[in-house]
Parts: sequence; C-alpha cells; structure tokens
Amino acid sequence: MQTALIIEQLLNGLQFGVMLFLMAAGLTLIFGVMGLINLAHGSLYMVGAFACAAVAAWTGSFWLGLIASLAAAAAAGAIVELVVIRRLYDRDHLDQVLATFALILIFSEGTRWVFGSFPLYLDIPALLSGTVPLPGGSRYQLYRLAIIGVGVAVAVGLFLLISKTRLGMRIRAGESDREMIGALGVDVATLYTLVFALGAALAGLAGAMVGAIQSVQVGMGEPVLILAFVVIVIGGIGSIRGALIGAILVGVTDTMGRFLLPQTLMLFMPPSQAAMIGGAIASMLIYLLMAVVLALKPRGLFPAQG
Amino acid sequence: MASRETLLNIGLALLLLVLPVIANYSGEPFYVTLATRIAILSLAAVGLNLALGLGGLVSFGHAAFFGIGGYAAGILATHAFSGDPLIFGLPGTKQMLIIWIVAIAAGGLAALLIGLITLRTSGVYFIMITLAFAQMIFYFAISWPAYGGEDGLPIYVRNAFPGVNTLKPLSYFLVCYALLAVGLVLFKLFQDSRFGAALQAARQNEVRVASVGIPPYRIRLVAFVISGMFTAVAGALFADLNRFVSPSMLSWQMSGELIVLIILGGVGRLFGPVAGAALFVLLEHWLGGITERWQFFLGLILLGVVLFARGGLIGLIAGRARHG
Amino acid sequence: MKKLIAAAALGLSLSVSFAMAETVKVGMITTTSGGGAGLGIDVRDGFLLAVKNAGADIEVIVEDDAQKPEIAVQLADKMIQSDQVDLLTGIIWSNLAMAVVPSVTAQGKIYISPNAGPSPLAGAQCNENYFNVAWQNDNLHEAMGAYANDAGYKNTFIMAPNYPAGTDALNGFKRFYKGELAGEVYTQLGQTDYAAEIAQIRAAGADSLFFFLPGGMGIAFMKQYAQSDVGVPAMGPAFSFSQDILGAVGDAALGVKNSSQWNKDIDNAANKQFVETFQAEYGRLPSLYASQGYDAANLIISAMGKADVHDTDAFRAALKEADFDSVRGDFKFGNNNHPIQDIYVREVVKEGDVITNKIIATAFEDHQDAYAAECGM
Repeated sequence: MQTALIIEQLLNGLQFGVMLFLMAAGLTLIFGVMGLINLAHGSLYMVGAFACAAVAAWTGSFWLGLIASLAAAAAAGAIVELVVIRRLYDRDHLDQVLATFALILIFSEGTRWVFGSFPLYLDIPALLSGTVPLPGGSRYQLYRLAIIGVGVAVAVGLFLLISKTRLGMRIRAGESDREMIGALGVDVATLYTLVFALGAALAGLAGAMVGAIQSVQVGMGEPVLILAFVVIVIGGIGSIRGALIGAILVGVTDTMGRFLLPQTLMLFMPPSQAAMIGGAIASMLIYLLMAVVLALKPRGLFPAQG
Repeated sequence: MASRETLLNIGLALLLLVLPVIANYSGEPFYVTLATRIAILSLAAVGLNLALGLGGLVSFGHAAFFGIGGYAAGILATHAFSGDPLIFGLPGTKQMLIIWIVAIAAGGLAALLIGLITLRTSGVYFIMITLAFAQMIFYFAISWPAYGGEDGLPIYVRNAFPGVNTLKPLSYFLVCYALLAVGLVLFKLFQDSRFGAALQAARQNEVRVASVGIPPYRIRLVAFVISGMFTAVAGALFADLNRFVSPSMLSWQMSGELIVLIILGGVGRLFGPVAGAALFVLLEHWLGGITERWQFFLGLILLGVVLFARGGLIGLIAGRARHG
Repeated sequence: MKKLIAAAALGLSLSVSFAMAETVKVGMITTTSGGGAGLGIDVRDGFLLAVKNAGADIEVIVEDDAQKPEIAVQLADKMIQSDQVDLLTGIIWSNLAMAVVPSVTAQGKIYISPNAGPSPLAGAQCNENYFNVAWQNDNLHEAMGAYANDAGYKNTFIMAPNYPAGTDALNGFKRFYKGELAGEVYTQLGQTDYAAEIAQIRAAGADSLFFFLPGGMGIAFMKQYAQSDVGVPAMGPAFSFSQDILGAVGDAALGVKNSSQWNKDIDNAANKQFVETFQAEYGRLPSLYASQGYDAANLIISAMGKADVHDTDAFRAALKEADFDSVRGDFKFGNNNHPIQDIYVREVVKEGDVITNKIIATAFEDHQDAYAAECGM
C-alpha cells in the first residue's frame, strides 16, 4: 500500500513539475533570447485561463476554449511586446522589473474590469474526465496524465524547433550574439515579437489547462510566476533543458516534501503538531533547494552559453 | 554651487517637513499619518538604494529585513505588554531606542547570513536568490503560531521615545523624519567615502577593482549588511506606525514595492527614495479616492514613468546626473 | 477605493421610526480589488441594499484595502481622522481585522465586523466597542464536527491551510467531533494543486473528509477532488460553497454538506425581502457574505432608532440589544458581543441551471463560541 502511494506521489510531483515547465519554458526562452525579465508572464497565464473559460462557457467546448487561450495569450503577448516590451531590451533589469510589475497591475485590474470579480467556471473535457487504475490498486486522474503528455510534447517540440528550424537557428544566434544576427540581415524586431508571442502562448496554454483543475480568478498568475522563476533559476536561465529538469526537480521536491515531512515528524511528536511543523518546513523546501543549488552552482544547473 | 538636484533635494526635504505640520494645525491629522508613511518607506528604500543604487545589487528580498525589523518591534512590545521574559530571562521593552538597536542588530545579522550565500551569485540569479530567502522567512512567519502567524501581531500602544508623546501623529512623524534625515546623511557620507567609491567602482567594473587588491565580495557584503540594517529600522518604525506587524511586510510584493519606489524616484540618487515614496503613496491615496480601478491607472502611470522618464522623478526634473 | 456615497433620501412617512434624524457616517473598509474581491463586493452590496431598503439616513464611505493589512490600517486612520466617520465596518479577512480592530476600538470608535471573527477578539482581547454580526471563526467548523457525529462518521480525514484560521478550523472541528481521525494535513496557504493531499486521503481509508479551504483554494481542491473519484464524502464550512464561488466549482460541489448560519431558504419575512431585492438589484443570488453585510446595516439602523450615534454609550447599548430582524432568524449577542445563533447544515443542490444550497438539518441551536468565557465583559 505504502509503495503504491509513493508511486502515485512521484507521479503527482512529475505532473506538477510538467505544469511548471509549461510556464517556465516561455519565461526562460524570453530571457534567453531577449535578456528580458518578464514579471507579467503570470498575467499571460491568467489571460489564457480566462479566455478558455469564457469561450468554453460560450460555445460549450473546452477544445475551442483551448484554441482561444493560445490565440488570446499570443495576441496579448504580441501587443505588449510591440507597445511596451521592445522599448525595454536595452534597459537594465531594474526598468524591466518596474515596467512588467506595472503590467501586472494593468492586466489584473483590466481582467477584473472585463470579467467581473467572481471566479469563472471551467471544467475538464468529458473525453479526459475520470481516472485510470495504477499498479498497486490506486487510481490516477486521466487529465493529469494528459497534462504530462502535453508537457512532454511541448518539450520535444521546443527542442526540435530550436535545433532543427530556421527560426530556432535565429533564436540560438540571438542568444549568443544580438548585434550579429541583425548584421546578418535577420529582422530582429519581428523575431523578438515572435519569440515573445510564442512564450506568451505557452503561458496561456498552461493557464487554460491548469484552469480546468484550479480556480480561474484574478491574481491566479502570481504564485505560479514565482515558482516558474524558481524553476528557471535552478535550471539555469535561458536553458530549455534546464527549465525542464528544474521544473521536475521542484515539482517532485515540493510534492514529496508535503507528503513525507509530516509523516516523518510523526515518529517523534503528536500527529497534529507534526502536520503543522511538517507543513511549515515543506512550504520552505523549494526555496531551500534553490538556495542550495545557487550556493553550489551560482549560474544554475545548466548555465546557458554567453 | 548648488546643482539643480541639490535644490530639488532641499525643496523635497522642506516640503516633507512643512506640509505635515500645516496639515496638523489645520485639523487634517490624516495627512500627517500619510507623511509618516512616506518618511518610513523612504528610509527603507534609502537602505535598499545603498545596495541597489550604489552597489548594483538588485535585491528582490529586502522585505525580509523590513519584516524582521517590524517583528523585532512587535515581539519586544508583546513581551513588555505580557511581562513574559523573551529569552534568557530578558524582558521585552517599549523603548523605541532599544527596539531600534535590536532591529538593526537582527536585520544586520540576517543580511550577513543571506549575503554570505547570495553574493556569490550575480545578475538575475542574485535577484532570484534574494527572493528565495525572503520567501523562506515569509512562509516561516505565516506558519509560526507563537507570534500570530498569518494573523500578525498587534502592538496595543505605540512604543515610547524619551521626551516625546509618540501617540500624537505629529510627534511620531517628527521622530520618523529625524531618523530619515539621519539615514540620508549616512547615505551621503557613505557614498562619498573611499569605501563607497570602491563599491560603485565594483558595480561598474568588477575586474578593475579586483585587480587593485580590493575584494568586491567583501565590499558588497558590508554594503548589503548596512543596507539591511537601514531597512530593518524602517520596518520597526512601520510596525509602530500601523501598531501592527504581519507577514505581509515580508511578502515579495513588499520587496517589489521597495524597488519600485527607488526606480520611480531615481536609482542611486540621494533623494530618489524620498521622491519615489512620496509619489507612490500620494498616487495610491489619490487614485484610490477617485476610482475603484485605481490599480489599473497606477499601473499605467508607473509604465509611463519607466518608459518616458528615465532616471525617475529626480532625473526628470533635475536632468540626468553623472550617475551612470 | 471608490467612494460610494449612499446617502438615501428619506421620506417624511418613515421619519417617525428615526427619532434621532441625523446622518450616520459609516466607514466601510473592504476588499474590492484582486482575487478576494468577490467577498468584499458581496458584503458591500448587501450593506448598501439594506440601507436602501430601509431608506435609512446613512452615508457609507467605501474604500478598498486590496487585502493588505497596512492599507487597511491607513484607511481606518483616514476614516477616523479625516472623514470623521461614526462607525467602521467591512473587513473580510481575520489578519486585517486583527490589524484594524484594536486600533479602532482604542480610539473609542465602534467597529462592526460583517465577516472576520478571529478568536483573540472573541476571548481575552474582547472589547465593548467591537461587535461581530457574522460568527466567531470556529463556529461553522464546530457545527461540522457536530454534524459528523450525527451522520455516524467514525474516521474523518481533516485538512486546512497552515495559518491561524486553519488551525482554528481543525481545532473547532475536533472540539465537537467524537470519532477517530484518519489523518490530519496542513496545506500551504494559497496552494493550488492538491494531488498529493488527495492521494493521501485515498490511501487513508477514511469514511469522510472535512476541509476548510476558503476562496480559490477551495475551488481548486473541490474540482480536483471530484475529478479524482475518491468516493469519500466531503464536508466543510460554507466558505468553499458560498454562492459567489459555487458557479466556478460547478457540478463538482453537488451533494457536499456544509455549515452556515444563513441560507436563502430560511423562512422569514426579512430573508424573503433580502433575497428578492438582492436579485432584483444586482441580478445574482446573494451569498452568506451579502447576508452578513445586510444584517450589519440593519443592526446599525436598529440602533439609530434608539440612540444618537454621538452618544457612544447609548448607541453601544442599543447595538447590544440587537433589536433587528436578522435574515437568519433568531439573533442575539453574547457577553463578548459575538452572535448566539443557530447554525445549519446545507447541501449543495442544483435548482434548474443554478447551483446553490438547501438546508437539510440544524447542527446547533443558540450556539455560542468557545472563547466567550475568556472575555472579561
């Protein structure tokens, strides 16, 4: 029984990690190519979730909602890039932090203006509802397996995009030398808009998929944003591979910590106290992980070149 | 000869002193409270400006020191109120002077421990690892029941300062204002000292500073610790202003706000934090009074400042300075 | 922080019942922006509706605290020092109440809580100027503990976020629950993914689940719990099943038992009028938060008919009588100015297309909180 539970928890950690990867991939891509810290990435996640919920409620189809979330987040990303972000590439990180902090306020309040103050309804599609049996007698939610599948597909897609396509070649060129690709005749401005929209679309996709099992509400993006930053810093900023490994590391550490710490402490103290103290330590665990990783490897596990 | 920036600084200092006094005697004590808040947030940001403006150390975790200072005030006052000894049989206290010393010591110690680890990194990694430490302390404060956890810790009567009735808004404002003045003088002395010059040189060219035999790591660590002490004492004042301390003082939004204050005012400028805090608090108050969507418009204004007023408010009025 | 001035025009026909015809100024500090805005908006709308329905001469100044304690404290100072309000109300969250209430009462102003009821304010730190018209935080959890006994549950798994209201919730439940605990888990505040906890619930062999996860946490948990086919019946306080979020939870909430001091089907004239006019005015069903805002306003209006608001002692005494028609039926204040009231068990049901609650049992009659004895009043 205990082994089955541990297997299930590992799976939960993996799934949580994959979910974080969807957020972190866009964030790390944008940082790697444009050198931009985008605090408003969580807002694009929220835009995706709201677009999906609104369209799903209107058409009755989750799948149309999913498409809408990609489109809405990509469009929001492209507009923000054209209007605001492109003025920030040659600024230092401080200005980027302030500008994207301002964008969070605008997006959050703007979303509340359009959709009202109450959380929206979004459910998983019928096709993916229900559970499947796990070895050991437990059951696992099909939708969560689907999230793992999508995350793996996105990871593979990004690897192929970056290593095999023209766009990917330019992205890699942009990461190593920004002036150089301009000199080669690549339209840098368009490339940046494209990369930003791609990152935004990934965040929107994550928001829509996660929105179906969480709460679609204003402010949903910020907790995930912080976690996504933890992920890319652990992985090494700018590295997709680092983001994937960092995400899974964070997901598994967090899940197993929440599960195992109280149980371990219960051997030494009364259950209620163990639950409280274990929970407290568990909530600090991923930050502890990040501090340890950075103390040992100041540029993350997989430092990007340049 | 006084530059435009110096004149502007003197003007700001006078305005922040005179307006609350006028407000107090024209029966608008609330504006005194607002000015006190500006002075305290300024002091916290002056501390951060030391690390961020002079040293180029973008700390996204200064809320940790702000909150530690706040909790120093809250915890000492609680023990003074209840009479229970704090630790090793030592009692709590209601004396601000002692509270400040404890806050400074606690903030400095925390900054030393955090700095020892975080200063090995740089750039975005530094931003994020300072955030990580602040988050750890934040979650600890939320789930630690002894001092209220998420509910926070009330201070029933504002702590005492010798010879001053701190319960009167104007008196307390003057205490905070005086402390801010001390903070600004210290910042200026620090900026002009040899040590300050080395710190700024380390920001601009790390290799050169290292090659003349000064280890940048140690300079930065000292600056980071002093910075943490400033912010911690501001935290103690903030707790006394609100007569309350809670984990929200430790949140990442608080760290973000402190950074925002500095950029709004002008990074590395002596009075940047003061201008920034004044603008931010007044905007928040004024916009909040006219529209329910105030955060939306606050965002637009902040965006406008960063896009079109480089060098912040001081930079906009006094022109771009020698500061690079 | 929009100022909503709702000074109602008062016809001569009604002025008889308001002997002290002087405008009462109420400062409402509540949350109308960010993720928790739904609760503040419901309290505000309920309050303003009661003022409108009664045609009372009350001016309400509403400001947004953005769910931050330091802003709430600043607003309280502003309302007392600058706007010179007579009474304060509106705060949703316990941590904000703990920041604001002691300082308001210390300045001699009366505060009426329409939502938060942290235990210190009900016990050792109770104050004659602090009235709670909603509940003490533990009340609804205690009701679920009593209900779990009645329902014959012997092995309950309990869960709450790791913060004071969370530990209070589990302690409140345990205070009345007599069975065994299959497990006890504290989650992280603001947590959004509960797969790890759900796996533990499934493995624990529990016969029931009690959880307290307010707001978005509850929406996320309930959806994930229902989708995971655990099959263990869930129950909790009303906060995860109130009207403002049921729409977002959807069918996942159907059949869940939850405790509340109010529901829209409580049969009395005041409640009928409240539910009807609320729907007519705002086009949605009221939540329990709206009912609390409505009762808070009616409590103030009842006292206005008996005493001058500037005579704090008389007005306080008038408030303490609680001589108003509460939408929840019987209502009176205990020694600590917290409610003594019935608490019901509700079930989430579907009425047509709308998901809502229906009362199925009474958990407590005339229930008082556990801290009243610690209060020196």
